[in-house]
Amino acid sequence: MQNLGIDVLFKGTNFLRLLQGLWVSVEISLISVAISIVLGLVVGALMTSENKLLKAILKIYLEIVRIMPQMVLLFLAYFGTTRVFGWNLTAEAAAIFVFCFWGTAEMGDLVRGSIKSIPVIQYESAAALGMNRWQTHFYIIMPQTLRRLIPLSINLITRMIKTTSLVMMIGMVEVLKVAQQIIEANRRTSPNAAFGVFGVVFLLYFIICWPISRFAAYLEKRWA
Amino acid sequence: MKNNLLKKIVAGLLTVTLTGAFLSGCGKTTDVDNGTSNAEAKTAGYRTLDEIKESGYINIGVFSDKSPFGYVDENGEYAGYDVYFAEQIGKDLGVDINYVSTEAANRIEYLQTGKVDIILANFTVTEERAQEVDFALPYMNVALGVVSPEDAVITDLSQIGADDEVIVISGTTAETYLTKNYPDIKLQKYDAYAEAKTAFENGNGVAWANDNTEVIAFAIENEGFEVGISSLGSADTIAPAVTKGNDSLLQWLNDEIESLGADNFFHKDYEATLLDTYGKDYEDTLVVEGGKVEE
Repeated sequence: MQNLGIDVLFKGTNFLRLLQGLWVSVEISLISVAISIVLGLVVGALMTSENKLLKAILKIYLEIVRIMPQMVLLFLAYFGTTRVFGWNLTAEAAAIFVFCFWGTAEMGDLVRGSIKSIPVIQYESAAALGMNRWQTHFYIIMPQTLRRLIPLSINLITRMIKTTSLVMMIGMVEVLKVAQQIIEANRRTSPNAAFGVFGVVFLLYFIICWPISRFAAYLEKRWA
Repeated sequence: MKNNLLKKIVAGLLTVTLTGAFLSGCGKTTDVDNGTSNAEAKTAGYRTLDEIKESGYINIGVFSDKSPFGYVDENGEYAGYDVYFAEQIGKDLGVDINYVSTEAANRIEYLQTGKVDIILANFTVTEERAQEVDFALPYMNVALGVVSPEDAVITDLSQIGADDEVIVISGTTAETYLTKNYPDIKLQKYDAYAEAKTAFENGNGVAWANDNTEVIAFAIENEGFEVGISSLGSADTIAPAVTKGNDSLLQWLNDEIESLGADNFFHKDYEATLLDTYGKDYEDTLVVEGGKVEE
């Protein structure tokens, strides 16, 4: 069998560095996801509002996030703010800010969609039972919205985890960058290392993302 | 329909708090960061030589995945031709080095925002770049090279016949150079290094043109190939770069490169880092000593 070059991972501290890189990715995405979910719920609720001005503002916000590649946002947050305002955000702060900015908008849109998808009859039945608006939202609409949200938001969360590979562009050494470093450092001795090392990176991403989707499946079942 | 008024009130309140939260969030981060890096904020752009010495550290941007110029070894330490030089800079300045992992696409941004003091990342001097950053004296040569099979070595581009094809990688200087100066030569273009390598090994083209460091390394690693032309086209140089206008640091770097030339520092650097990849034969082709390019 051909040497896949996995052995380069066990040279020196290579594997430890790969795990440290993974932690950088996971840390950024976990913080961003947590903040995005909270803010996304709020923004999503606001998106269903009847206030035209507010709706327009949020629409523009969502479109900006959709149109701008995350890489551009990262450059703007990290280099742009230094140029224009003289701020010196750390790469980490810039990354978390961008991922929250992005996650909040997309999460908000998912929340909006979920709220809109609750049939009018639910509101009417609640009213018929004598519930007030607050009760209707808290006991009837919200629980159903959350349930519809789960599969959608898992998609977003795993996407965010995978997109953290872009933070290498602002100097952060995350798991994919470490993998590239390891492959390049051994380019002459194990030219095939790329396959093995990227294979391991794939496994690491899988190990992170899979439990999340299992957990979501569990929640879906339990709440169904 | 039903809950308009409530929604409006809640919406209004939330907009205010949310905007507030966003703004104050940004504000806070800035305060904290300014606190830790006051020096950068004051000089708006770059740190002068004195400020670097005073702070006790220097930020140097290097590649972390371009072996053998700038890479990270198996113990997590930066190493390579560029890094060997960076270590000397740190020693002679008497400061600690804080390495920043850069990419080809963000080297200029890093300097212009003052997030690094020096870029030592295989940075080729070009006129366009010189308008954005200040280059110090060069410490390495780069040119194009042409590699071909040993039994049909091409030592001059005139040997290439009308039906022969030369392999290039799209977007490289080799492609631009050949298209511009030798429009009659047929090119076979590939997007990635690996594809071009496979195609060349399979005999799809009579020669392969690329940066000379790449073709030299290829010929040494692969039996049966020879670099017939090791220096083609405009000879470019590789030099350290600093933020535009950072004259004190630039001056110091130039003096440093000149004085290091006196004891053949870059030849030692070559022998320590590049010898394994390029061999002894190309030492004088690649190394620039004391900032003086030999014609």
